[in-house]
Amino acid sequence: MTRPIPSLTRRIALAFGSFFSILSRPDFAADVDQLRTAPLPSVPVIPAPEPVAVTPPAPAPQAAPAAALQLLGLLQREARFIDFIEEDIAAYGDADIGAAARVVHEGCRKVLREHFSLAPVRTEAEGSRITLPAGFDAAAIRLTGNVVGQPPFAGTLSHRGWRVTDTRLPRLADGHDAAIVAQAQVEL
Amino acid sequence: MNDAPHTTPAMARYTLGIDLGTTHCALSWVDTAASDGDKVVQGVLQIPQLTGPGATEDRALLPSFLYLPHASELAPGDLTLPWTAAQDFAVGEFARTRGAATPIRLVSSAKSWLCHPGVDRRAAILPAEAPPEVARISPLEASIRYLAHLRAAWNQAHPEAPFDAQEVTVTIPASFDPAARELTLEAAKAAGYQQLTLLEEPQAALYSWIQRSAGQWRKEVRRGDTILVVDVGGGTTDLSLIAVLERDGNLELHRVAVGEHILLGGDNMDLALAYGVARKLAGQGTQLDAWQTRALAHACRNAKETLLGDATVQTVPVVVPSRGSKLIGGSVRTEVTREELTQSLLEGFFPQAEVTDAPHNRARGGLTQLGLPYAQDAAITRHLAAFLRRQRGATAEMDGFDQPSGGDASFLHPTAVLFNGGVLKSDLIAERVLSLLNGWLAADGAPPARRLEGADLDLAVARGAAYYGYVRRGRGVRIRGGTAQAYYVAVESAMPAIPGMEPPIQALCVAPFGMEEGTDAALPAQEFGLVVGEPVQFRFFGSSVRRQDQVGTLLDFWGPDELHELEGIEASLPAQGRTAGEIVRVKLHARVTEAGTLELEALPVGGTERWKVEFDARGEGAATRP
Repeated sequence: MTRPIPSLTRRIALAFGSFFSILSRPDFAADVDQLRTAPLPSVPVIPAPEPVAVTPPAPAPQAAPAAALQLLGLLQREARFIDFIEEDIAAYGDADIGAAARVVHEGCRKVLREHFSLAPVRTEAEGSRITLPAGFDAAAIRLTGNVVGQPPFAGTLSHRGWRVTDTRLPRLADGHDAAIVAQAQVEL
Repeated sequence: MNDAPHTTPAMARYTLGIDLGTTHCALSWVDTAASDGDKVVQGVLQIPQLTGPGATEDRALLPSFLYLPHASELAPGDLTLPWTAAQDFAVGEFARTRGAATPIRLVSSAKSWLCHPGVDRRAAILPAEAPPEVARISPLEASIRYLAHLRAAWNQAHPEAPFDAQEVTVTIPASFDPAARELTLEAAKAAGYQQLTLLEEPQAALYSWIQRSAGQWRKEVRRGDTILVVDVGGGTTDLSLIAVLERDGNLELHRVAVGEHILLGGDNMDLALAYGVARKLAGQGTQLDAWQTRALAHACRNAKETLLGDATVQTVPVVVPSRGSKLIGGSVRTEVTREELTQSLLEGFFPQAEVTDAPHNRARGGLTQLGLPYAQDAAITRHLAAFLRRQRGATAEMDGFDQPSGGDASFLHPTAVLFNGGVLKSDLIAERVLSLLNGWLAADGAPPARRLEGADLDLAVARGAAYYGYVRRGRGVRIRGGTAQAYYVAVESAMPAIPGMEPPIQALCVAPFGMEEGTDAALPAQEFGLVVGEPVQFRFFGSSVRRQDQVGTLLDFWGPDELHELEGIEASLPAQGRTAGEIVRVKLHARVTEAGTLELEALPVGGTERWKVEFDARGEGAATRP
C-alpha cells in the first residue's frame, strides 16, 4: 500500500499545526514522540515534519520556493517566527519563553487565519466510531494501529485532520526577492 | 428647476457605495440587474493593496493611510500594484505598517484634516510633522488618492463594468459642513468619478440595517418611532435622529437632526489605553522608546478587543516584542486588566452622565497648536446628552408622526437605537450607552429605547451606501431629510456704530432647513453690493435647530446654541465686461445639488449671469475668529 505524498502547502500547514499541537497538547506530543522513536509500523509513515521543513529547496514536484519563502516571511513579520526558533531558549526561564510564545502564537494564528482556510477532514467528533468504505481517500485519512484485512474498516477517529480549502498568499511583484524573509532594520 | 425624478443611465448595472473613512475605506456593490425588490444581490470588493514591499493582497478594508517613501528606501518594483508600476507612494496596509515605524512620512487621518476649518485644505501640509525635504501633499490630494485607488481596484476586478459607468455613492459624516462636503465632491471628481452622490454615514448605516432585514424592518419600527443612530468610527463620532412617519399608509423615514462634528473615535480610545499601560510600565521602571510604544499600542488594541469581547476575562497579558532578533531576551511583558480598561475607556469616553450635563469646554491655551481640533471633552455620553437636549423639538411639527411631542420633555426621546462603527462592536460599550440613555428616559417618564440588531458594524456604511444607490431607483424606502441645517450670511446691522465695538450683525437666512437634493431656495429680497474685481468675504452661519426660518428671514439676535459660525464664503465678480471698482448689486441664491452639496451663487439684479460663491477652505475663516 503506497501513500501519496502530501503537497508542500499541505505539509507546511501540517508542520505548523503540529508544532503548536505539540506545544499545547501533551498527549499529542507523546504520540508524536512515539511516532518518531518507534520502529516504522507496517504502514509507511512520513515523519511529522518539523518547522524547518519549509526551507527550500523542497523536492516536491510542484514546490515553488517563492511560496514557501513568502510564508516564512509572513511568519517572521507577524509572529517573529524565525527569531523565536533560532534563539537558544536554554538560557531563559519558562516565564520569558511564555511571554515570547504569546507573540509567536498570536502572529502565527493571524497568518494562518488570513492566508489559509482550514476545515476538518472528518466532521465527526473525535473519539467516535466511523466506518471507512472501500476506496476511501488514503491521502486524507491515515490508518494506524491494527491495520489488517480489507475495507470497509471500522475504527475510532483519533484526529479529525485538517484540510486547507483555500490559500491566499500575497502576489509578488516581478523580480521581488522573496529570499529576504526579514529585512535588516537601520534606524536613522 | 431640477425637480425631475432621478434618472438612471442605461449602462449602470452596479450601484457602488464607498465608505471614505478616517481610518479605513471600503467599497460595496449592488448588482441591480440581479436584484429584485427586497432581494438584493450585494457584495464587498476585495481591494488589492500593498501589504509589504512588492507584495499585494486583497482585503475588504483599505486602511486610509498614505506613505511617502524616501527615494532610496525601497527596491524598484516594491510599489507595483496590479494596475500600475508608476506610483511613488503606497496606500493601504503597507502604508500603515511602514508608516508606523517612520511617522514623518505617513499621512493619516486625512479626512479629519479635510474638515479642519483652521487650515488650507488644498495646501500641501501633510504629513504635519514631515521635515522640509519630504514632498507633502494636501488633505484633498490624500483623499483623491484613496478614491483613485478604489476606482482602479474596481476596474481591475470588473473590466466588463467600468467604474465610470456605474452609479457611485460616497459617504461623509452627517456633521460635515458645506465646505467639507464640497471638498469631498471635489476630491471624487479629481479622482475621475463621474456619477456621484454624497450620503451621510448614519443614514448609510440605517440603510444597511434595512437591507439586511430583507423587508422585516417594517415590522421592527412603527409610526412614531425616533431612531437614534450612534456611529463611533475610527476618528469621528456622528449622531443622527431619524423619525418614522406614516403617510398614505406607507412608512416614511425622515432624518430630522444631526449632531455637531465630534473629532473623537476608536483610535483615541486605543491610544488612551496604551498611554495608561505605558505609564504603568514607567512606574515599574521600564521606559519604552517610540518604537516600543507603537508596538504597545498595537498589543493594547488586541487586548482591548479580547476584554471587550468576553466579560469573564479579567486580565490579558500584553507583550512588547524586542526590536532586535533576540525575541525572548528583550521582550517586555505586562498585562491589561479589566479595571484599567473600564477606567480609560468606559469612564474616559462613556462616563455615567446626566442628561443635563454639557460637554466640558476647557479653555484653550494662549497658543493653539496647528494640529487636529480633537473634541475637548472626550465623554461621548455628554455630547449625546447635549445633542438630545438641543434637539428637544426636532419632531414637534411633523405631519404623520404620532409620538406625543410632550412639551414637558427635557430632551428628545429616542425610541430605538442603531449602533454603528467598530467601537460599538463591543456589547459592553453599547450596553453602557443604551442603559445610560434608558436611565435618562426613565427619569423623564418615557419608555426605554430598544436596540436595533443585526448590523455589520465594519462594513455597514459601504453596504448601506451601495443599497442607497439601488433605493434611489425607486426600489426601496428612502430616508428623506435634506440639509440638516439652515444657512445664514451675516449682514451688517443698520444700527449706529458705537466706537470701540464691532458693529452688530444680523443673520440673513439664504437656505432653509431640510432642502432636498436637486432643489433651489427662493431668492431673498436682500441685495448686496459687490465690487467688481475685488473678492468680498461674508461671514457664514448654520443652525441645526431653527427649522422654521425661511429664505429672507433676518435675525437680530440668537441664542448661543442656535447659530454657529462656519467658514466664511467669498464672492468675486470677474472684471470682464465691467470696469474694475464698479459696484454691482447682487442677490445670494442657494441650491442643493443632486450630489448633495450646497451651492451659493451671486445673481446680479436685473441680469442673467450667475457667479459661484466659494466656501473659504483656506483656514482663514471661522476658526481664526475667537
